[in-house]
Amino acid sequence: MSSKKVYQNAHEAMQGILRDGLTILSGGFGICGIAENITEEIKNSKVKDLTVVSNNCGIDGYGLGTLLQTRQIKKMISSYVGENKTFEEQYLNGDLELEFSPQGTLAERCRAGGAGIPAFYTKTGVGTVIAEGKETKVIDGVEYLMERAIKGDLSIIKAWKGDHSGNLIFRKAARNFNPPMAKAGNICVVEVEHLVEIGDLDPDHIHLPGIYVDRIFEGTYTEKKIEFVTLTE
Amino acid sequence: MPWTREEMCSIAAMELKDGYYCNLGIGMPTKVANYIPEGVNVTLQSENGMLGMGPFPKKNQVDADIINAGKQTITELPETSYFDSSDSFAMIRGGHIDLSILGALQVSEEGDLANWMIPGKMVKGMGGAMDLVAGVKKVLILMEHNAKDGQPKLLKKCTLPLTGKSVVNTVITDLGKFDILPNGVKINQAAPNVDIDEIRSRTEATIID
Repeated sequence: MSSKKVYQNAHEAMQGILRDGLTILSGGFGICGIAENITEEIKNSKVKDLTVVSNNCGIDGYGLGTLLQTRQIKKMISSYVGENKTFEEQYLNGDLELEFSPQGTLAERCRAGGAGIPAFYTKTGVGTVIAEGKETKVIDGVEYLMERAIKGDLSIIKAWKGDHSGNLIFRKAARNFNPPMAKAGNICVVEVEHLVEIGDLDPDHIHLPGIYVDRIFEGTYTEKKIEFVTLTE
Repeated sequence: MPWTREEMCSIAAMELKDGYYCNLGIGMPTKVANYIPEGVNVTLQSENGMLGMGPFPKKNQVDADIINAGKQTITELPETSYFDSSDSFAMIRGGHIDLSILGALQVSEEGDLANWMIPGKMVKGMGGAMDLVAGVKKVLILMEHNAKDGQPKLLKKCTLPLTGKSVVNTVITDLGKFDILPNGVKINQAAPNVDIDEIRSRTEATIID
């Protein structure tokens, strides 16, 4: 059962999904745990006017940064977009829209989107520009602001191991935004380092159950890139 | 003599109590980890989804999947755990973190913090700073007492966009350690041979006795 979810590669896994104007939810933190095979496929497809929800926007020439260079992204919803010159240029030129969402609020907006919760109240951002235009409410004497959930057309996710039914295990800090993003997309496509048979993963060790995953394939990887290699002195 | 940056980190490290869960911000706050006193066991949280951060790796320990919130390579410890970003901020927002140490552009006498944006310059984003100051039990700021042009950074009111309102508890600068109290800023400790008049002349915030 469920092996209908398995595809041979990124190109096959993305068939029938990509079109202009999609809202894409991307896992990853910086360039750790990003779906690089899927991103490459999106680049090659030349779809444009994309709205991308992602904590960051990759770096110049890598990850989501490549979709900036090809000008396929219309709008980003992120918490931090430093380390990216192309981003800066396009944003300052007015070619790129940007919505900042505090990192925890962004994670929760996606988690909520996948959990059937349309909005929630949070203390984060009260009294700052983030609160402008948002409903606020005092609960037990504390002021909170209302944040809306985020849902997307497509989630692009990277995991370490996945089985044919879509159960996923992430590796170390590469988990980050992948689970909340996976839950909030209408279609969730996952690339894994190791695709394994059903039964190969211990059910008690699954980080993300296969119900959230629609398509899965084993990616091709060379060396994992690191943004800042910092060594002990 | 004002404190050096190393001395500021060392003074800040005294705030870390045994058993604390702490989140250290990017830059100088990250270095506080090097000054945790002997016998004090502190668990460092990294908001990208790691509890129990070890030191930076040796060359042969580098792992692209083990990074901190500044995207630097880091190591894990025997007690380390990993989790996703929504869990990570549940810890932060839910008040489970004892202390956060962050940098600042400006702090007001009411404890308002501005540390993410200078209008007219490229805005990189607030990252997790707004969530941290809203959720952790205690916020400690490490910053130079004055900006490069000499302007005070400890102010009556912040002029830059805020990261959080009434969120800062303690500020450590090169001139001293300051507590933010309901009626103003109290000098908790001055750096050696820095007199109170110098601190007053370089501070805009109301300094109370």
